[in-house]
Amino acid sequence: MNGWTSLDRFLRTDPRDVGCSEAVALLHVYVDLVAAGAAAQERYPGIAAHLRACGPCGEDFEGLLAIVQGTGQS
Amino acid sequence: MRLGQEQVSMVMVSSDQELDEVPVNPQLDPDSASWLQWLADTGPRRESALAELHAMLVRAARREVARRGPHQQITGPELEDLAYQAAGDALLAITRKIGQFRGESRFTTWAYKFVVFEVSAKIGRHFWRNPARSLDAEDWDRLPDRFGFDPARESEWRDLFGAVRRAVQTELTPRQREIFVAIVLNDVPLDALVVKLGSNRNAIYKMLFDARRKLRADLVANGYLNDEESRRS
Repeated sequence: MNGWTSLDRFLRTDPRDVGCSEAVALLHVYVDLVAAGAAAQERYPGIAAHLRACGPCGEDFEGLLAIVQGTGQS
Repeated sequence: MRLGQEQVSMVMVSSDQELDEVPVNPQLDPDSASWLQWLADTGPRRESALAELHAMLVRAARREVARRGPHQQITGPELEDLAYQAAGDALLAITRKIGQFRGESRFTTWAYKFVVFEVSAKIGRHFWRNPARSLDAEDWDRLPDRFGFDPARESEWRDLFGAVRRAVQTELTPRQREIFVAIVLNDVPLDALVVKLGSNRNAIYKMLFDARRKLRADLVANGYLNDEESRRS
């Protein structure tokens, strides 16, 4: 990815983005869907948009998914 | 601070009232239903469930701290302490909020969420332990590198970053500018900024979201970015 694209992607906002509060409130539901191989992005497009754009929430998502998958829960 | 057996027992005593009021959803998966029943019980079965949950949270916290640790320069005993603190605080939060669990996920996924949030918050606080960290600097020269612009092609992007800097000054509110400078220029993690400003993640993210939208609109209006996906090479 070149600098122009990188900057453009950072500045581009998705109107579906639900913000941190809603994403955090449903993160466990979203993670269970992803871990089960279900269509989490289609069911919760606003959360998917947020997790792509928000570094901390994206990190929490990755961490929770890794724990769930690592414990053999999925 | 580690949450030992005494503190696990304190959790049991202090949360009796809330736990007794938890209705068990008949649609729950069997494991989740068992957790709720054990935690709503009294006596040794509940004590045993709390101890097991705490052990699971400690393992999850260790895993999460280790996953994030290499990027945060947290190692050794400090990493282990952070994991124990996160697990202890998560257990307290879980027992306080267990009445809010609606069975939309597995109980353990819901519970692990608290330990992940505790790790995030504690790492955010840890950031400011380095006395060299500051919100005051504005290192605009680092900005092109942060987005991967090639220094050898500066003549192609020099005007763009002049426009970005002007837009930050003219288009953003003072609070949006402060947050943009801290996160984008000074590379302060969002959770660390939350701690420094005494705010919350959602409020800071919303400020940055609005700042991004305004800056992009300005750069598009002035011909630096395309209205559609940028295709510059």
